Amino acid sequence: MSISKFPLPDVGEGLTEAEIVSWLVAPGDMVKVNQTICEIETAKSVVELPCPFEGEVQELLVQVGDTVEVGTPIISVSTQGASPIPVVEDKTPTAAAQEADTGAEYKIPTLVGYGDAGDVKSRRSRAVKAAPTSTAVPVAMVAAAAGAADSIIAKPPIRKMAKELGVNLANLAGTGTRGEITREDVIGAASQASVFKNLTTPDVPSEREERIPVKGMRKAIATAMVSSAFTAPHVSIFVDVDATRTMEYVKRLKASVDFAGVKVTPLLIMAKAIIWAARRNRMVNSTWTDTEIIVHNFVNLGIAAATPRGLIVPNIKDADAMNMIELATAIEKLAAVARDGKTAPEDMKDGTITITNIGVFGVDTGTPILNPGEVGIVALGSIRKKPWVVDDEIVVRQVTTIGATFDHRVVDGDVASRFVQDVASVIEEPALLLD
Amino acid sequence: MLQLLAPDGTYGVPKGYEKYGKLIEDLDEDTLKTFYRDMARIRRFDIEAIALQRQGQLGLWVPAIGQEGAQIGSGYAVGKNDHMFPSYREHGVALTHGVELMSILKMMRGVNHGGWNPEETRFHLYAIVLATQVLHAVGYAMGVKLDGKVGTGNPEEDLAVISYMGDGATAEGDVSESLLFAAVNESPIVFFIQNNQWAISAHIDSQTKAPLYTRGEGFGVPGMRIDGNDVLACYAATKLHMDQARAGQGPFLLEALTYRIGAHTTSDDPSKYREDAEVEQWKAKDPIVRFETFLRRQGVGDDFFDEVTAAGDQLAKEIREQTFALQNPPMENIFNHVYSDQHPEIDKQRAWLEAYEAQMGDHE
Repeated sequence: MSISKFPLPDVGEGLTEAEIVSWLVAPGDMVKVNQTICEIETAKSVVELPCPFEGEVQELLVQVGDTVEVGTPIISVSTQGASPIPVVEDKTPTAAAQEADTGAEYKIPTLVGYGDAGDVKSRRSRAVKAAPTSTAVPVAMVAAAAGAADSIIAKPPIRKMAKELGVNLANLAGTGTRGEITREDVIGAASQASVFKNLTTPDVPSEREERIPVKGMRKAIATAMVSSAFTAPHVSIFVDVDATRTMEYVKRLKASVDFAGVKVTPLLIMAKAIIWAARRNRMVNSTWTDTEIIVHNFVNLGIAAATPRGLIVPNIKDADAMNMIELATAIEKLAAVARDGKTAPEDMKDGTITITNIGVFGVDTGTPILNPGEVGIVALGSIRKKPWVVDDEIVVRQVTTIGATFDHRVVDGDVASRFVQDVASVIEEPALLLD
Repeated sequence: MLQLLAPDGTYGVPKGYEKYGKLIEDLDEDTLKTFYRDMARIRRFDIEAIALQRQGQLGLWVPAIGQEGAQIGSGYAVGKNDHMFPSYREHGVALTHGVELMSILKMMRGVNHGGWNPEETRFHLYAIVLATQVLHAVGYAMGVKLDGKVGTGNPEEDLAVISYMGDGATAEGDVSESLLFAAVNESPIVFFIQNNQWAISAHIDSQTKAPLYTRGEGFGVPGMRIDGNDVLACYAATKLHMDQARAGQGPFLLEALTYRIGAHTTSDDPSKYREDAEVEQWKAKDPIVRFETFLRRQGVGDDFFDEVTAAGDQLAKEIREQTFALQNPPMENIFNHVYSDQHPEIDKQRAWLEAYEAQMGDHE
């Protein structure tokens, strides 16, 4: 009898690590060759791993939730007598053969370090369903899924999204060609539904506490937050501003022919305002490196996005070079991609300044934490009608609060204040954007 | 669309396709059994190869599950002098012309570059760069014609070429160029498109507006659609049009409608872009299940199918053992086949790498 260990393979091309999602076997279980033993989640997908050995499971060497480097042994299996496959150690098959009966430990070589992994820190979010290891040979004829004629027109990704968001396509009137249901239709219906869902009070679980393991995306978010909060001295400032004209401007843009089909929101004006204010106060659009301050003469505008898997900050490259329509389109696309969990790692790299739109959650303001590597972040609060003093009279205006946090190593108080004032001026009077 | 075998295993020749049906009716039972045996064999091979990749033994695997009918059917219709230019998923065609299946696994492990001799097997090396093989195939076919090996009437001399490609490849300019050159040169070639519906994550609807079998019309290459999950239709259509190409009637295009049941490669996760229901619909049209039903109705019994299953498991066991035993090739292989003769620049590079490796010591 000998002990064989299975090292974590590179199941994609150039992956360096994976997280153990579940074990389907336990110590003492008998396993067969190619029996699925666990599910792993890589930067690309969730994948089932088949066992290369037949025998009795000795030990699970890594636990669910562990992130393991490719090449790390994950399971040990005691194989009866001569191993069912030629198990080799250190690429010398003869050594393995000689020691086959001595109970020595063997590890099969895997193709480790295949390709260039690149930066794996920021991983794409992915579908949670496992890609099947193999496609079983059908043993019987599967009845053709004929069913009733399907009058709903929607592409597979849209149907899939609807299923995930719990939207019943039969209840939707599509706005696309020939009544096709579009992505926007589904998202619209889902957000509509969520408004009402928020009104229900969820039941309290019977357990007094729930313990959520800190791993994956949550762990990455925590690490980035801590690293940012404890390396950069944060300073936050706030200003209340009358956003009535911004709201009017948004309304006019929505109605304009040029913006037909483009999503226009206050966030767009805010993005433009930040780009404009950053040009006037260049230090807020820079990077601290201990030996030098790199001032960027371009703006890669980060937009914090809440996704089902957590917070991510993709950015729009060279946003300063975009006109209003281009920027609006870029923001819409960035949000849609993030919601689908398809944001690519490169979209999250090299940001220079960030907006976080906390207003969509109905919050007035907050003290945002800097996206690591950046020195400025601006929070756009909710915009709502409030009493406002105009010419010593109290009138009803659309008011919002702009909150901003800076890295005090780079951005002095006067620069920070001027920058926030500049942003506020644009929100108060978007015509400033016309220069 | 030419279909001789319905998904429920019923055989029937549609009106106007009698000449195709005749080719099937000429086949003996052993040949039909061979079709089945090889379809089942290549699927078992495929399943094992996916597992081997998941066990860290292959860098990558390209599954062909679901496309066995198109590959085995067309493969057996290729004549003894004909040349085949595959893409990178034609494991079934390789099997029908004696390519060592281990060679494909070695390539996917990265210890060789294919390793079979295309002059012996007439099955050329896999082309990973999309659609390039179609240009190579047309060039070869033009050469065949210049050599006068078309339409002589001598079966020992004449030959034709078949070029395999997927639906994704048809969106490459190379394929349009190939169709043009084949048409104007009246080259002896059959373009065999396996339309498996998905070019990685891009659906066929985003690859073409008109059906693919009509793609050659503007160039002067006639085409026809066949049921790619019907091994008999694939055999008959390929046989007839390869025979015609060999006889000097010029190029022809076949679009075999099939489906990629598995992932594009082991690096792909199709659940991200297509629905399970679609896959299930195509599983109901499985080429192997339908052919088994047909054979059983012809009186082929359990013994035969049991034997095929056992042979498949034995094959899986063998390739598993052989794959685990594969050794890395010697370093000098990098330099050995760059030029046919010795070359001073290559000698220099070889010496540099040897010195570099020596200085690294034993890295095990």
